[in-house]
Amino acid sequence: MIDWVWLIPLFPAAGFLVNGLFGRWMNFDKRVVAWTACSALGLSFVFSVLVFFSLLQLAPEARAAVPDRVLFDWIVSGDFRAVVGYKVDPLSIIMALVVSGVSFFIHIYSVGYMHDDPGFTRYFAFLNLFVFMMLTLVLANNFLLMFVGWEGVGLCSYLLIGFWFDRDAPANAGKKAFVVNRIGDFGFLVGIFLIFAHLGTVEFTGVFAKASTLDTTTVTIITLMLFLGAAGKSAQIPLYVWLPDAMEGPTPVSSLIHAATMVTSGVYMIARCHVLYTMAPITMATVAIVGAATAIFAASMGLLQFDIKRVLAYSTISQLGYMFLAVGVGAFSAGIFHLMTHAFFKGLLFLGAGSVMHAMSGELDMRNMGGIWKRIPITFWTFVIATLAIAGIPGLAGFFSKDEILWQTYNSGHRYLWLVGAAAAGMTAFYMFRLLFVTFLGKCRASDEVKKHIHESPAIMTIPLIVLAVLSVIGGYVGIPHVLGGRNFFDEFLAPVLGGPPLGSGGHTAFSLVRPAFAAGGLAEEHGFNMEIMLMAVSVAIAVIGIGIAFYLYLWKTEVPKRLGERLKGLYRLVFNKYYVDELYEACFVTSTKRLGTFLWREFDDGVIDRSVNLVARLMLGIAGVLRRIQSGRVQGYALGIILGAVIIILFLIR
Amino acid sequence: MPADIPSLYFLIVSALVFAIGAIGVLVRRNAIIIFMCIEMMLSAVNLTLITAAHYLNSLDGVLMVFFVMTVAAAEAAVGLAIFVLLFRNRKTIKADEINLLKG
Repeated sequence: MIDWVWLIPLFPAAGFLVNGLFGRWMNFDKRVVAWTACSALGLSFVFSVLVFFSLLQLAPEARAAVPDRVLFDWIVSGDFRAVVGYKVDPLSIIMALVVSGVSFFIHIYSVGYMHDDPGFTRYFAFLNLFVFMMLTLVLANNFLLMFVGWEGVGLCSYLLIGFWFDRDAPANAGKKAFVVNRIGDFGFLVGIFLIFAHLGTVEFTGVFAKASTLDTTTVTIITLMLFLGAAGKSAQIPLYVWLPDAMEGPTPVSSLIHAATMVTSGVYMIARCHVLYTMAPITMATVAIVGAATAIFAASMGLLQFDIKRVLAYSTISQLGYMFLAVGVGAFSAGIFHLMTHAFFKGLLFLGAGSVMHAMSGELDMRNMGGIWKRIPITFWTFVIATLAIAGIPGLAGFFSKDEILWQTYNSGHRYLWLVGAAAAGMTAFYMFRLLFVTFLGKCRASDEVKKHIHESPAIMTIPLIVLAVLSVIGGYVGIPHVLGGRNFFDEFLAPVLGGPPLGSGGHTAFSLVRPAFAAGGLAEEHGFNMEIMLMAVSVAIAVIGIGIAFYLYLWKTEVPKRLGERLKGLYRLVFNKYYVDELYEACFVTSTKRLGTFLWREFDDGVIDRSVNLVARLMLGIAGVLRRIQSGRVQGYALGIILGAVIIILFLIR
Repeated sequence: MPADIPSLYFLIVSALVFAIGAIGVLVRRNAIIIFMCIEMMLSAVNLTLITAAHYLNSLDGVLMVFFVMTVAAAEAAVGLAIFVLLFRNRKTIKADEINLLKG
């Protein structure tokens, strides 16, 4: 069964080809398009599940050592060999499950959401292509194929952000995403080059086996370069600026690409390369600090936004920051765990936002909403579940994964990072409940025209909401920490790939290398257990405080926010305008690059290249003007030339 | 060919005839005259070849003459046909007025 892994990405590829090549040409009915796209994803999901269960049949140690399924040689040149091959191990199959599963439900949702769009076929073709690329990324067995998927998802992201390309804003947002991602991709490519230069292979197995031969400097540079790629794709400081703008795309796209799957590929890549990363403490520290900084920075930017999708976008950046914090402190499995639960609840939040937009005739500004919860109950309640999950309320998925991350951060000795993470968690709770309260509760502020049309979305959209809501609740129970009496199956399952304590031992986290303080001794364990519960209580308390403040400001004393905003005008404006980072980048990079480009265009292109070409042309014209006189068109003139030539040659010969 | 006349004389005559032909080709404007001059040049060449054949006591030169004559005949046929058509189209066969190819 595991040998059939190559079918998982094949189905979406086939769906893309069918819809992309024939959809427009043969004028497929919308139902045909939808069935093709969704069934491709459904089959892909079924095969992911089958492969997952075959993998479960194996002994835990054998799961990480399944031989790569190599389909064919792709590039062979001298020492260099890159294949198209797929790697099946616990890490990749979890990613494949999340990607194909969430994609499947978002595809179904999209059928309802995009129903009246003239670009229906194009949309599903791109969406299938995206899933194909994403699965290639997570299942690849070498860096180069991973890079293909990496670029492929970037391309689809560009295409789908700019899906409504006839409007300026989406087209520009697509361009911005593409350009910012190029910066990251440059780093990723350099990382791959360095890996090949030093190790002579790009296949994961070979690279990680030989990794110990690298010296620390090299491995630090490699991992920093790879991290630059991850920061671009996963929207971390300083390359996060594209993600909020990416919300110009259709909402299911934001849900699938810019929340659940593509943006998490950076986390996956770092977890995949954990062998390299653990060898480079400097990089690890960088990753952790960047992650924590992004978590709190983006969360604070989300505090005051009024556009639903933008709040969610900043929330996504912030949650991605958490994942990077996790992998940065060595808790790779916690990072992947949060990646998975985040895919559920953030995907759900975006779909819910889409459903709200659907109900509110496309309105995005939450100031024009409110009081609509009774009219769209399914959307509302699923949204509540997702909000509770992301805020870290005990019992829901987000609680387990976020607490795991915070605990691991604290435990690895990064107390300050823990503080930052906990503060960001409070902010998360605040802005999410602000969003919930302002959007759904209180008085309705919509215009009468819009009010009349408020309606619940059709079943094809609400069913995915319900499924994801269920997953947002139960998704966390695969990773209940030991301290709460669970077994943390998630950790155990990933342990063969990501390393960790021996199975069945008393260790309650995946990562023990950076945890010397609690590694030995029953007392220390005991202390750790207490500490963990205490931290849990603290983070829950912080979340509750955040919710309380949101409740106070946006439900109870609704006039207070305005007064506060006026009193702290400077700060309010700074945060509301997202710290002017876009303006800063504009001034620092965009303007100067444009100016450089204009300079090169005017001075170098026009002045040097064009002028030299013109000079050559004019020279030729001058020479020709002289030489053309010889070609008089009189035959006898030519004959004279021939005879004179012959005479000269003869004279030369007989001389 | 009389044996008492030296070969050099034949060659001198041949060179003279060739030169007259060549100058005729260059200076005359009437295409038919030019054509006749070309025939003169060919005849001069033939005379040279015959002389050489005689002098060397070989038949190779004579053989070449046959080829040259064949070419001359073919050329006469084609060339005269061209002149006829040219005259029909342009009402002239003056070489300096036929300059369609002038750039």
